[in-house]
Amino acid sequence: MSTNRQAGASSPWRAPILFAILALLIILEGSWRSALFSGSWNTALAILNMGLISAITALGVNMQWGYAGLFNVGVVGFLALGGLAPVLVSLPPVEGGWAAGGPRVLVALASGLGTLALAVVLWRKLAKSWLRGLVVLAVLIAGFVLYRELFDPAVTAIEANQSARYGNLGGLGWPVLLSWPVGGLFAAAAAWGVGKVALGLRSDYLAIATLGIGEIIVAVLKNEEWLARGVKNITSIPRPVGYEIQLQQNPEFQQAAANWGFPVAEASGIWVKLSYMSLFLVVLLVLILLAELALKSPWGRMMRAIRDNETAAEAMGKNVTNRHLQVFVIGSAVIGIAGAMMITLDGLMAPTGYNPLRYTFLIWVMVIVGGSGNNWGAVLGAVLIWFLWIKAEAWGPQLMSLLTSPLPDGGLKSHLMSSAAHMRFIAMGAVLLLVLRFAPRGLVPEK
Amino acid sequence: MDILNALVAFLNFVFIPAAAYGAQLALGALGVTLIYGILRFSNFAHGDTMAFGTAATILATWGLQGLGITAGPLPTALLALPVGIAVTAAVVLGTDRIVYRFYRARRAAPIILVMASVGVMFVMNGLTRMLPGIGVNEIRFADGARFVIEVRSFREWSGLTEGLALKTTQALTLVVAVLVVWALFRFLNRTKSGKAMRAYSDNEDLALLSGIDPERVVRLTWIIAAALMTIAGTLYGLDKSFKAFNYFQILLPIFAAAIVGGLGNPLGAIAGGFVVAFSEVAVTYPWVKVAGYLFPGWQPDGLLQLLSTEYKFAVSFVILIIVLLFKPTGLFSGKSV
Repeated sequence: MSTNRQAGASSPWRAPILFAILALLIILEGSWRSALFSGSWNTALAILNMGLISAITALGVNMQWGYAGLFNVGVVGFLALGGLAPVLVSLPPVEGGWAAGGPRVLVALASGLGTLALAVVLWRKLAKSWLRGLVVLAVLIAGFVLYRELFDPAVTAIEANQSARYGNLGGLGWPVLLSWPVGGLFAAAAAWGVGKVALGLRSDYLAIATLGIGEIIVAVLKNEEWLARGVKNITSIPRPVGYEIQLQQNPEFQQAAANWGFPVAEASGIWVKLSYMSLFLVVLLVLILLAELALKSPWGRMMRAIRDNETAAEAMGKNVTNRHLQVFVIGSAVIGIAGAMMITLDGLMAPTGYNPLRYTFLIWVMVIVGGSGNNWGAVLGAVLIWFLWIKAEAWGPQLMSLLTSPLPDGGLKSHLMSSAAHMRFIAMGAVLLLVLRFAPRGLVPEK
Repeated sequence: MDILNALVAFLNFVFIPAAAYGAQLALGALGVTLIYGILRFSNFAHGDTMAFGTAATILATWGLQGLGITAGPLPTALLALPVGIAVTAAVVLGTDRIVYRFYRARRAAPIILVMASVGVMFVMNGLTRMLPGIGVNEIRFADGARFVIEVRSFREWSGLTEGLALKTTQALTLVVAVLVVWALFRFLNRTKSGKAMRAYSDNEDLALLSGIDPERVVRLTWIIAAALMTIAGTLYGLDKSFKAFNYFQILLPIFAAAIVGGLGNPLGAIAGGFVVAFSEVAVTYPWVKVAGYLFPGWQPDGLLQLLSTEYKFAVSFVILIIVLLFKPTGLFSGKSV
């Protein structure tokens, strides 16, 4: 692999043509009912909306990988952490939940963080001797005991409060759109912690550390019921857009639907999805604008210089580790925003759904296929791969029945048919390997 | 008497499970560290390749059981292991030929190889799920005698209130791990090929100059790694149960073990495996029972459990962080950072 990813030029028409093909695929999905496409605009828009969220996630990953060459394997964790924001910001507070132990939980968390900070300060300030290790260890143990003493009763009290319906703290009751930047902040804070430890070491170490933090964040969301009810899930997160049922009862909307020639139920679904789509598009375009501006600025040139030759950049007086930390935090914040948007779209916080294969590695396939280092490439790759991932569920069995049609009916054929669903993983792995080897610069290469 | 009871409870709930788990992690970490030492990248496909090897072994086990062949009191999977290892080695050599060799020839950055291993991970995951009878199910394939020491007979024999159980799979894990490690170290230290591998790991250019065939070293590494992965995966599956996703999750403790010991250092991988396993079990075990025997007058109101078992992965992560902060080359000084 060449060290300079900017070598060679490609046709300026490449990106527009690929985006046109993508648009055509989505229009076909919406309008042509056939063996390959569903012909339902609701399905097409649902795929597109999730595709746009994937595009924002891919944008964040692309900042880390494309700008700086950082391999983040904990995307799922940062997405999940961002998804916590709509729960904590937009839900109404649970009655009695805060009184049961809210302040105490906050004090406990503060004491935990304070212990860590104190340990770090002591480690730096004290002279290097065997005593230093003992003192820091004692501080950590005492802090942990204090933290558990404060934390456990508070959590028990909160979870006992209306445990069948709530058992959590609830949120602040603010507008749900506010939770999107908050989700970004959550993810950025976690990224700062991980980056501080793992950056500046071998490049594999960041990958392994992010793998760990990803699993831990998901485990926290699954188990801390006071926070977001854990595996009991949170439903009914408020929407930033209208509800289908209200639209269906609105006489003006009924009239408009009749004019378009859609049944009211279908039209209301399409309307809601279109409203989500416009919100997502605004966020996506703003982020791309900012990212492009940053990339063209001196800062962006510096980042690419660091990526292409760390030693040379360091010799020029650039603090490589700090710049890496910066871009890692920014990229994770973008992933966190996408996570908050995803939970807003679903209206449901279900931590068991955060599967790393789907939310970390699929995003990576999107970035690599789209063209690492190119923001439009990441967007294209995200929507395209998401479309194919969804459609592969339907196309896989069809392809398999076509391939196995010459076989006699029996055990082998039925086995192959039933395993067609797992073909998606093999197909995605093969796509990643093929692109990495034969077109390492992706569909839309970096300019 | 109470001290003996405390000791037996400790052995039963902490020491034996942690030792067995540690041996499984150590075998996994040995594979990671060997691949890192020779091929110089962290293999993310390790967990899923372990799952594949275990699945192949399970299929061979079912075949043997269908023929009416069993290993008596031992699990039949032990007899099926060579088949599983051979299949896994073939698959792994195939992936090296198709995927990794290209990047090695171009001396690509390690992170590109890591990424390629993610692609391999996807393919392995899909392959494992497609094997007949495997899918996403949870499979228990341990047969033969379940226990070496049973709780009831131990109580009757010793007259203690606490019972001690030693599962066949746990005893087997330890015995097999010791044998495998002994064979591996003998191979690395005494044979010409093993010395060639160590030379290649120490200094690639110097090894090439002394006439070592790099492709042969790489092939050997993959075959040994495939054997280690299959054995580790099968032992883990026998001890707990087989579920493909669990093998993806065990990747983190395995990496932690390899890094704690020092990446590229086989001795470190073994130590790291036990460090991670013992901390994980000790931190998530409710100590109230042991404390009750040791301090009869003390009635703690909690379970004396530091972390709930759901957070066991947090333990490997914290150990990893501590090592990265204070000694990034690991306890046994692995390759440079």
